[in-house]
Amino acid sequence: MASGKEVQETRIVSRRLHDVESSWTYEAARADGAYDMLAAVLAAADPGDVLTQVKTSGLRGRGGANFPTAVKWESLPADHFPRYLVINGDEGEPSTFKDREIIEKDPHAIIEGVAIEAFACNISKAFIYLRGEFALGYDRLVQALADARTNGWAGTDIQGSGFDLDIVVHRGAGAYICGEESALIESLEGKRGMPRIKPPLPIHSGVYSKPTVVNNIETVATIPPIMRMSGAEYAKLGVGRSTGTRVVAISGHVQRPGIYEIEFGMSFREIIFELAGGIRAGRALKFFLPGGASFQWLVNIDEHLDQTYDIDDISAKLGTTLGSGAIMVYDETTDPLLVAWRLAKFFAHESCGKCTPCREGTGWIEKVLYRMSHGRGRPEDLDLLLSLCASVSPDVMHAPFTQTTICPLGPSPVSAVASLQKYFRDDVLAACSTPAGAPA
Amino acid sequence: MTALRGAGEVIAQYPDPHSAILPLAHRAQDRDGWLSPEAMQEIAELVGTTPADVLGVCSFYTMYKRRPCGRLVVSVCTNVTCLVVGGPEILEHLETRYAHDPDVFVEEVECLAACGNAPAMQVNYEFHEHLDPVMAVAIVDDYKSGQLTARGVSGGRR
Repeated sequence: MASGKEVQETRIVSRRLHDVESSWTYEAARADGAYDMLAAVLAAADPGDVLTQVKTSGLRGRGGANFPTAVKWESLPADHFPRYLVINGDEGEPSTFKDREIIEKDPHAIIEGVAIEAFACNISKAFIYLRGEFALGYDRLVQALADARTNGWAGTDIQGSGFDLDIVVHRGAGAYICGEESALIESLEGKRGMPRIKPPLPIHSGVYSKPTVVNNIETVATIPPIMRMSGAEYAKLGVGRSTGTRVVAISGHVQRPGIYEIEFGMSFREIIFELAGGIRAGRALKFFLPGGASFQWLVNIDEHLDQTYDIDDISAKLGTTLGSGAIMVYDETTDPLLVAWRLAKFFAHESCGKCTPCREGTGWIEKVLYRMSHGRGRPEDLDLLLSLCASVSPDVMHAPFTQTTICPLGPSPVSAVASLQKYFRDDVLAACSTPAGAPA
Repeated sequence: MTALRGAGEVIAQYPDPHSAILPLAHRAQDRDGWLSPEAMQEIAELVGTTPADVLGVCSFYTMYKRRPCGRLVVSVCTNVTCLVVGGPEILEHLETRYAHDPDVFVEEVECLAACGNAPAMQVNYEFHEHLDPVMAVAIVDDYKSGQLTARGVSGGRR
């Protein structure tokens, strides 16, 4: 590195799952200190201190929206019961796999975090909504919960404190949209997973129309370490309002794909070329997606590679976001049109159908991108795409995207089209030379 | 058809029995190998709603198979990471290989969250990663012969 400093992970949330053998078992996790912080919190009997620590830590939601966790808790209407805690483990954003690692390898961190959070928010019923396809994760979390109950860390009168908490592990059944919090709540109520119009927000009217806190798996798993190190110590990590660490999932044409827990402030160059070992087979980087499938891409230029992993800085400077914590990396042999088409196909398949611009728009965007990426594109197709995109997301080229839909799924494939227009317009036009009127 | 195991306990977990539709449908599918109209009728009676409501809910979710699909559901990812490291080739190979095999249902699925070890597939929701077409066939054949023990068609423990 230019600075000479060694690029390395800062393992806070992911430490146990890397360092402890059979970390998902009660015995191994407990020996490693699982539930120590829950015991301390219950012994101190001061829910306000948990809120203070989390607030001081600066923790922001790790599902992708970056909302300050403590502010969400504080928004719970006072004296309104019952109230619920829902943990979002419906990880489905393409190339995002950090929550799956935590669910499969450190379920006790999730249960401990849930219990501490529920105690702080005076909640006695929590649901952990797991993506249906995570069969192993479900088995491990259900076993972990049973062991936690047997050992007095969940259920009634936890550790003799008088605090009761019932936790239910709920499996989804295959629907990306259920990662959107209001769709997840609908699904948890046994309905089709279609997003609700907001307001009201779930914090005021969520599951069964009761106040509901919805937090991501990584967010809740970060709570025990924050209590262990104190909010102030956690806040010393990171940069600006992006405090602490983030578990990022790197995939694609890198030497060492996988999850890496990094302190905010690392550059994409360090993440891709140091941590993940650079591009495979001696090839060159072509482009990368810095925050999952739904946001604008970045390319192989210094301005983008030197961008720091910083929630606010990246959106201010480059108009994209860190999203779900996924980074997809593509080498020079990759056709950006093919990637854009496959993303559009995904969003068209996963559109719930509630809002017309998304139901129709994602399908048409996919159809046009299909012919463009399969050798039958026409010169006017990119502009046709941009006009289609404008009906889903009126200000196509500028983030944060505007939307004509209830939830952000509709505008998601628009990010890929905007990226084609921004960085690959000449390549796309060169690849699309089929005359109009030729068979599609 | 035997009654759904543990249905009462599943329903009792929720403040509203309607929430039990998804977990009960998983159990029915593991029991029957698919989600039949009879099973949806049974679930409707258990949670106090109509069979049409249960069908309306379940038809939204890709994991529920509303026609018999064989005892092995092979889900191959072709999303944007698997796309560039051989996922589509594995899908094509398996589709051809098992085109006429009544035991094996091969489907293309969206991202399985296994991108760190792509390309990936699931067999009855058990992960198999770092694949190539030959390995993928060997794994499916091991399930067919019983060398590997399959979960239920909905991913539950048998």
